[in-house]
Amino acid sequence: MRALPRSVHPGAWWLWALGLAAAASRTANPVLLVMILAVAGFVVTQRRDHAPWALAFRMYLVLGAVIVAMRVVFRIVFGGGQGDTVLFTLPEIPLPHWVAGVRLLGPVAAEQLLGGLYDGLRLATMVACVGAANALANPKRMLKALPGALHEIGTSVVVALSVAPQLVESVQRVRRARLLRGGTVRRGLRGTDALRGIVIPVLEDAMNRSLALAAAMASHGYGHTGRTAPRTRALTGALVITGLLGVCGGLYGVMGASTPGYLGTPLLLAGLALAGCGFVLGGRRVTRTTYRPDPWRGAEWLVTVAGLASAGLMYLASRTDATSLYPSLAPLAWPEVALLPAVAALVGVVPAWLAPGPPRQAVRP
Amino acid sequence: MIRFDQVTFTYSTADLPTLRSVDLHVGEGELCLVTGRTGVGKSTLLNAVNGLVPHFTGGHLQGSVIVAGLSTATAPPQEFAPVVGVVGQDPLASFVTDTVEEELAYGMEQLGVAPPVMRRRVEETLDLLGIAELRRRPLRTLSGGQQQRVAIGSVLTAQPRVLVLDEPTSALDPTAAEEVLAAITRLVHDLGTTVLIAEHRVERVVQYADRLVHLAGDGRVLDGAPADLMRTSDIAPPVVRLGRLAGWDPLPLSVRDARRRAGDLRDLLRAHQPPAQRTPEPVPAVAGTTPAPGAATARRPAQAAPPVPASSATATSSATAGHGHGHGHSHGQDHGQGGGPALSARRLVVAYPDTTAVRGVDLDLRRGEVTALMGRNGSGKSSLLWALQGSGPRRSGTVDVAGTDPGRVPPRRARSLVGLVPQTAADLLYLHTVDAECAQADHESRAPAGTCRALLDSVAPGLPGARHPRDLSEGQQLALVLAVQLTAAPGVVLLDEPTRGLDYHAKETFARLARRLAGEGRAVVVATHDVEFTARAADRVVVMAEGDVVADGPTPDVVVSSPAFAPQVTKVLGPQRWLTVEQVQQALEAA
Repeated sequence: MRALPRSVHPGAWWLWALGLAAAASRTANPVLLVMILAVAGFVVTQRRDHAPWALAFRMYLVLGAVIVAMRVVFRIVFGGGQGDTVLFTLPEIPLPHWVAGVRLLGPVAAEQLLGGLYDGLRLATMVACVGAANALANPKRMLKALPGALHEIGTSVVVALSVAPQLVESVQRVRRARLLRGGTVRRGLRGTDALRGIVIPVLEDAMNRSLALAAAMASHGYGHTGRTAPRTRALTGALVITGLLGVCGGLYGVMGASTPGYLGTPLLLAGLALAGCGFVLGGRRVTRTTYRPDPWRGAEWLVTVAGLASAGLMYLASRTDATSLYPSLAPLAWPEVALLPAVAALVGVVPAWLAPGPPRQAVRP
Repeated sequence: MIRFDQVTFTYSTADLPTLRSVDLHVGEGELCLVTGRTGVGKSTLLNAVNGLVPHFTGGHLQGSVIVAGLSTATAPPQEFAPVVGVVGQDPLASFVTDTVEEELAYGMEQLGVAPPVMRRRVEETLDLLGIAELRRRPLRTLSGGQQQRVAIGSVLTAQPRVLVLDEPTSALDPTAAEEVLAAITRLVHDLGTTVLIAEHRVERVVQYADRLVHLAGDGRVLDGAPADLMRTSDIAPPVVRLGRLAGWDPLPLSVRDARRRAGDLRDLLRAHQPPAQRTPEPVPAVAGTTPAPGAATARRPAQAAPPVPASSATATSSATAGHGHGHGHSHGQDHGQGGGPALSARRLVVAYPDTTAVRGVDLDLRRGEVTALMGRNGSGKSSLLWALQGSGPRRSGTVDVAGTDPGRVPPRRARSLVGLVPQTAADLLYLHTVDAECAQADHESRAPAGTCRALLDSVAPGLPGARHPRDLSEGQQLALVLAVQLTAAPGVVLLDEPTRGLDYHAKETFARLARRLAGEGRAVVVATHDVEFTARAADRVVVMAEGDVVADGPTPDVVVSSPAFAPQVTKVLGPQRWLTVEQVQQALEAA
C-alpha cells in the first residue's frame, strides 16, 4: 500500500541527512562518496515539494563543487607536492628562507591532486547532505518543533529568515528607482553617493517593515504571558543560564586532559540537569500551542533508520575493512569498493520509495 | 464596547496634541467609520484602541481607553489580542508566517488555543472570508484583495469582539475593495462584530456605516449619524456632494438612495450636454511663472516633424473603443500642436519567467492629454509604465519618443524623454533635506540651479526646504518626486498609483496638477484604481486586463457603461453622461 502524501516530520529528514553525512565523513573513497551524493540527490528529487527552500539543493551542489575546486587549486598553488608521478611542472615562485616548508607552485604530482580531490569531495558530500535536509524539511517547521522554552528564539529566527528575501526585493526596487533619476550608479567617483542612494531608502524601508511587523506581532498576541509571576520568569532564566554555564565548564573538563576529575563529567551532568529544569519550567510557563503539529509515525522511523543505518554500516566497515574506505595514493591505485561500504552508502536511498510523497500544492489559478 | 474617556494624546516630538479630549463610546456590533484628512490622527485613534498607541509609538496619553473592560493603561497590546483584532494598511508588511493557513493560525498559537479548536476555527475562517482555495498558497503570491482578506482572517481566528481596520481598501482595485467590504459587512451583520474602520475613499464605506467619527484636524472628534455629519463634512464623497447640490433631505449616502431621489434632477439636466470636460482650468501660481522655461515649451518646436504621421494617432490600439477618438472632445486639438503622438509604442511585450505582464500592447500618447490607466491589481499597468519609460524590462516591441527609443539610450537621456514617478515614490528620495534633493535633481539633469525648486513651488507651494523628505506627507512627497522628475523636462510624464493614500483635497489638487502638466504640452499617464479621480482628471481611459488593452477611449465612453469603473455621479444620473459634481454644478448654474 502506498503511503498517503503528507509532509514527513522535518526532524526525521535531518536525522537521515546527518546519518548520510556521518557515513560520508568516514570515507575518502570517491566511488562511495559519489554514491552517497547520488542517493541524497535522488531522494531530494523524489520527495521535495515546490516551496522556495526546496530549490536550495542546487545551491548546495554548487557550493560543493566550489569546495572541490578550491581544494585542488590550493594543492597546486601551495605544493605540498609529495608524490612521484609528476604530471607537469609550473614555474616555482621563490620564497624567502623564513617561510621554509611552504612552496608556491612548482611540480604538480598526481597524488597531490587526487588527495585534494578526495578530501574536497568528502567535504562537498557532507555539505550536500545538509543541503538535502534543508531542501526536504521546511526549516520553519523544524523551528516549530522546538521545545516551548525556546519558542521566542525560534520565532526570531523565523522572522529573520523572512526578512532576507524582503531586503533583496527592496534593494531591487530602489535600484530601479535610481535608474529613474538618471542612474548615477555607474559614475566612478560618485560611487559612494550612488551607494547612499540605495542604502538609505533600503534601510528606511527595512526599519519601517520591522516596526510594522513588531506591531502586528504584538497585536496578534506575541509575547502574551497570561498570568505568570515575574518571579517564576526570573527563576527560569537563572536556571537555564547557570545550567548552560555548567555544561560549558563540564565539556571543557571532559575534553581537557589536565583538568581535575570533579570538573569533568559531574559538572557536565549537573549543568545538563539544571538547564533541563529551566527548560521544563519555562515550557510550562509558555502557553502556546502548535497548529497541525507534524506527527512522528512509521514513515518518520523509516526515514531515520535509513539514515542512521547508513552511518552505522559505514562505521562497521571502518572497523573491519578500513583499507577499502581510504584508497591508496602511494602507490597510486584505482579505488576499490567492497560490498559492506557499498550497502552502507546505498541504504539511504530507501525513503525515495517508501517515505510518503509531499502533499500536492494547490494549483495556482 | 470601546470607550474613550477624555483622551488627549501628544506625540513626544509634537507640540500640539494629536487627539484632544476625545470622548467616544462605540456600542456592540456597530460599524463605525473614521474620517478625516491625511495626517489628522486617524491611525493614532485606531491604534489607541489596543494600546499600540502609546505602548509602541511613545508619547503621552491622558484619560482612559477601555475595551471590553480592559484598560490600555494596565495591559500591553499583547493582552488585547483576544479582544481586539487590528489590521494595518499594508497587509504584506504585517504577515509573520509565509502561507495562508499558518498565518491564520499564528495568533491562536500565541494565545495557546487547543489544536483541535485551532483547526476548526481555521477552516471556519477560510470559508467565512471565501479564501478556502488559497489555503496553501504563499502569502507573497496573493493579489492585494486576497492578502487583505487573509490579514483580516488572521485576526478573526482569535475571535475578537472588536475589529480595527486602517484603510483596508486604499491599495485595492474597485472589485477587490468590494470583496473586502463585503466580508466586513458580513462580519458585522452575521457575527455582531464591532468594527472601527478608517478610509480615505469614504464613498466606498459610508453607506454601510452606523456611525461616523470625524477628526476635524485640531484634535477634536465629532461623532454622529453619517447622514447628519456628511451635511457639513469637508470629506464628502461625490454622491453626498451631489445630494447637497440638489438639496436632497435626508442626504443620500449610497448610489441606490441617490438614484431613487434623482428623477427630477435627471429631467432638469436632460436639456443640457455635459460641458466639454477639459476647459483650461484655473490653477494657482501659473501666471508667468511657467516653471523651467526650457521644460515644456522648448519641446514643442522640436517635434514639428513627428516621425509618425498625425493621421495614425487616432488608430490607437487593437482595442475596440479606440476608434472615434477625438470626437466630441475638442481639447486634444487645442493643445496638441497638430496632435502628433508624444510617445508611440508598438507591439510592446514584457515577460517575466513565469508570467507575461504585457502582451503586444500598441499605445499612442498625445500631447496635452491625461490618460488614466486602469485595471485590476496585477493586470500589467506598472510593467507597461516601466517599459514605456525604458528602465523596466521589455522583451520586444518598440517605443518611440521624438524619434528616440528611451529603452535604448542611457538612463539620463531616457528620463529627459519620459519621466516616471513610481508607486513607492519615496524610493527616489535619499538626501536629508528637500533643498538638497532639489539641488541634486538640478545637478543630475544639468539644469540651471533652482529649476527643481521653482517646479516644486509651482506644484506644491511653500514646502519648507529644510524639512527631511521622509517627514513630508504622502502628497508632499509625491510633489517633490514629481518636481525632481520634471527637472529633466520630459515630454511624457507617467505616474504609477499617485492617488493612493491621498484624501479628497490632496486628490483634487493633484487632479488640477495633472491637468496643468497636460496643458503645458506634456502627455500624462496616471495609473490608478480611483474611478472618481479618473472622472475628474482624465481625457482618456485605457483599461488593461491580463496584459492586454481591453478598452481605450475618451473617459465618458469607457466609464459610463462599466459597472466597475463608473463614477458615482454617472451611476446616479445615467444614462446621461455626467461624470463629476462640478459638471452638474456648471450646467445648473448655466440654466
